[in-house]
Amino acid sequence: MMPREVNQALAREFGLSADEYGRVLAIMGRTPSLTELGIFSVMWSEHCSYKSSRVWLKTLPTTAPWVIHGPGENAGVVAIGDGLAAIFKMESHNHPSFIEPYQGAATGVGGILRDVFTMGARPIANLNALRFGSPDDPRTRRVVDGVVRGIGGYGNCVGVPTVGGEVNFHPAYNGNPLVNAMTVGIAPADRIFLSAAAGIGNPVVYVGSKTGRDGIHGATMASTEFGKDSEDKRPTVQVGDPFTEKLLIEACLELMATDAIIGIQDMGAAGLTSSSVEMAGKGGVGIDLDLDQVPQRESAMTAYEMMLSESQERMLMVLRPDRQDVARAIFEKWELDFAVIGHLTDTGHIVVRHGGQVMADIPLDPLAEQAPLYHRPTADTPKHPPLGDVPDPVGLAAALETLIGCPDLCSRAWVWNQYDSTIGGQTVQRPGDADAAVVRIEGHDLALALTTDCTPRYCAADAEAGGMQAVAEAWRNLTAVGARPLAITDNMNFGNPEKPEIMGQFAASIRGMAAACVALDFPVVSGNVSLYNETEGRGILPTPAIGGLGVLEQAECCVGQALHPGLHLVLIGDTAGWLGQSLWLREVAGREDGPPPQVDLAAERRNGDFVRGLILGGTVLACHDVSDGGLLVAITEMALSGQVGAMLDADETHAFWFGEDQSRYVLAVLDAAPVLAAAAVAGVPARAIGVAGGDHLTLPGEVSISLGRLRTAHERFFPAWMES
Amino acid sequence: MKAGIVVFPGTNRERDMAIALHGATGLRPRMIFHRDTDLSGLDLVVLPGGFSHGDYLRCGAMAAHSPVMDAVRAFAGRGGHVLGVCNGFQVLTEAGLLPGALLRNAGLRFLSQDCQLRVERADTPWTRHYAPRQVFRAPMAHGDGNYFTDDATLDRLEGDGLVLFRYVTPSGEATPAANANGSARNIAGILSPNLRVMGLMPHPEDLVDPLMGGTDGLPLFAGMAEALAA
Repeated sequence: MMPREVNQALAREFGLSADEYGRVLAIMGRTPSLTELGIFSVMWSEHCSYKSSRVWLKTLPTTAPWVIHGPGENAGVVAIGDGLAAIFKMESHNHPSFIEPYQGAATGVGGILRDVFTMGARPIANLNALRFGSPDDPRTRRVVDGVVRGIGGYGNCVGVPTVGGEVNFHPAYNGNPLVNAMTVGIAPADRIFLSAAAGIGNPVVYVGSKTGRDGIHGATMASTEFGKDSEDKRPTVQVGDPFTEKLLIEACLELMATDAIIGIQDMGAAGLTSSSVEMAGKGGVGIDLDLDQVPQRESAMTAYEMMLSESQERMLMVLRPDRQDVARAIFEKWELDFAVIGHLTDTGHIVVRHGGQVMADIPLDPLAEQAPLYHRPTADTPKHPPLGDVPDPVGLAAALETLIGCPDLCSRAWVWNQYDSTIGGQTVQRPGDADAAVVRIEGHDLALALTTDCTPRYCAADAEAGGMQAVAEAWRNLTAVGARPLAITDNMNFGNPEKPEIMGQFAASIRGMAAACVALDFPVVSGNVSLYNETEGRGILPTPAIGGLGVLEQAECCVGQALHPGLHLVLIGDTAGWLGQSLWLREVAGREDGPPPQVDLAAERRNGDFVRGLILGGTVLACHDVSDGGLLVAITEMALSGQVGAMLDADETHAFWFGEDQSRYVLAVLDAAPVLAAAAVAGVPARAIGVAGGDHLTLPGEVSISLGRLRTAHERFFPAWMES
Repeated sequence: MKAGIVVFPGTNRERDMAIALHGATGLRPRMIFHRDTDLSGLDLVVLPGGFSHGDYLRCGAMAAHSPVMDAVRAFAGRGGHVLGVCNGFQVLTEAGLLPGALLRNAGLRFLSQDCQLRVERADTPWTRHYAPRQVFRAPMAHGDGNYFTDDATLDRLEGDGLVLFRYVTPSGEATPAANANGSARNIAGILSPNLRVMGLMPHPEDLVDPLMGGTDGLPLFAGMAEALAA
């Protein structure tokens, strides 16, 4: 790139406001160099600095006796028993995934994997939460195809099973899909690696792929809205190499078995800049980098380009000097670059040299401490008035067939079948088999239950209720397989925070989430914020995606959702018939209207603890929570999984069968009577609603629909839409 | 039975294979890095699944030129037993130890789903614990599993009884619908003429524990352990 004069206009191009550029001038006491301006602009980007969200994120509960590391490290760490820790995080790659769906999604997977194995964990599971535009939008199919291929292409090659996630469609995501990727890893609880640098003079080592010009200013791109020219931003999307990532995992884990590493950090957003600044900053030391030593894929790269490159599959480490040769041998064995590119200093500055010249010299404390922090104005979104009575226009059978086949409820097999879900040989509950994925820890009886959840249409109608519901549903899905929910990672996807109504959605979501986290003992241990999800001024639905993690002490105690003939069906939880913001209302009555269902957190906890107790006691043979589409959809999903019908004897209306009242489960048990008795003792609402059997779903009043017909409706959408 | 598992850069199902072999034999298999050439003392060499060298060239093509593969060819030449699964099957064809090639799946998409396999003969070291024509379930997970070779070779494989597994329906019929990746004549696994080199695309090693949904793969490993007991 041609040398440019550094001034306020260039700072603006780099995404810095006039006020922010003023702070840069004050810190530097002079006009910064191009490289320095680049470093400030990415470190102070929304993506890296959380400048709009930090004041709100601080209000989330983050502690529990089992939390080892909460937010602030590369990923969250919780103790799961047997001396082991689960390390996990979810992260967005929304902006790149619209511009270049395959690489955007693939590098999203790669990035979140690195956040987890950086801390010493072997990744054992991936999940992903995807939101796409309307299937009717001509761009959506291309985005879905590329994102699914990208996730599969990366995850399958690195050999980490993709075990769960969610896929939703809504026109609000036209031109702004959400790709949120989650990785879970396992490490010994006393062998967690952190990023803080220490030891003046210690070597700073670069490992992994070579640096190229890809992804320069990606973090800045992720901090602006899209306009008509977004597709021209393709050069700022990185290209992933899962093969190198696989080697990097093996090499890092091999090195982590030694005592060579003092600090380690992956090079994610803002690449070499953020990794070196964060490592030195956390360690309270200075850092000198000599860019001539950086392995380079392209010739004549400038300091600016190298510091801002987001080339993938790279890590930065501070090593014990006497272990440098051990480390080098391991990386050479795995045929990865290994280069000493600098050392730690006592100056408190980051100094970047290139071609014998100092290209940047920035004091680290002010770079961090004087980073902008905004208390942006908020405005509440008006609440929807109550819905009132909505008559049933089509009847139960027709509504069920519509719902079970609609894009938000139909079978996702077309998606899952492109992800390797069995590699590792520990996948107990595969995608679609249960409310949460269950993955056993190799060599242990322990298993982790994993889920991602959010209902954006609830959040759009009432962000506080929606944030609360997202956390509660994650807790419920873990409970429904028998797991004890431990903690969540959150991926906050919102529009432009400079608009008060968007910031209001953000703040309200956080309030709702925090209330649920407290009531359910379910703290936030890691997370990511993605703002400016707007295209041409139109924002997405507020989407606080929740990644939940729970533990089962005995993997064999978990249950799936498949019905078996002869089992009794018991509904747990209160049903008032809440149709506001329900899928029935949208798909059958053609309205997106009303307030969303409210979560009673005390009932949530009581019902869930009761259900978990029954599952772990061996009483429950199948369990499914009641969520999108309501009770009849939940029962249908259980029937399709088990390939057996059900005779339902509750003589009720459409609001009962399709309402989305919260905190409910359907249990399949050998005998309903003792379950009802136990529920009465526990003060938990419970009701016997039918028996599994036959090959039809039958309701009172001679409504009967064959499983074959439901299966056809359920499985039609994706193949027909994608392969047409 | 002493087993060794070859690890190429990019191999990723070696742990799954080790679990299955350990379960069948009680012995931990030896991991053999691709630059090693010492296969002494082994009764079985396994080339497991993965993306060797990223599969950035033809799948398995670069791995077939690894130092370890000269040793594997010599081992097979001495009558040693070699099992290649998924990427390992691809490596065996690229190395010339089995005929044919694995092309892109017919639908041009990665396929991760269970398939049903029919045992074409049970009088081999691999299938002695299955019944002839028995159908069992196995997960598949590949983008390039579409077995292809010329008609003459297919006729010879079939004539010599060297087709070991076919993709079938649950009731055992080799239909086009059961053949998700489009393989010639529904072929999922084949043998060398001496029956001691076997390659297959699906992953029986991922179905050896009731907790993971079944034990359909167990007879393969139990049979091998019995046949190759030292």
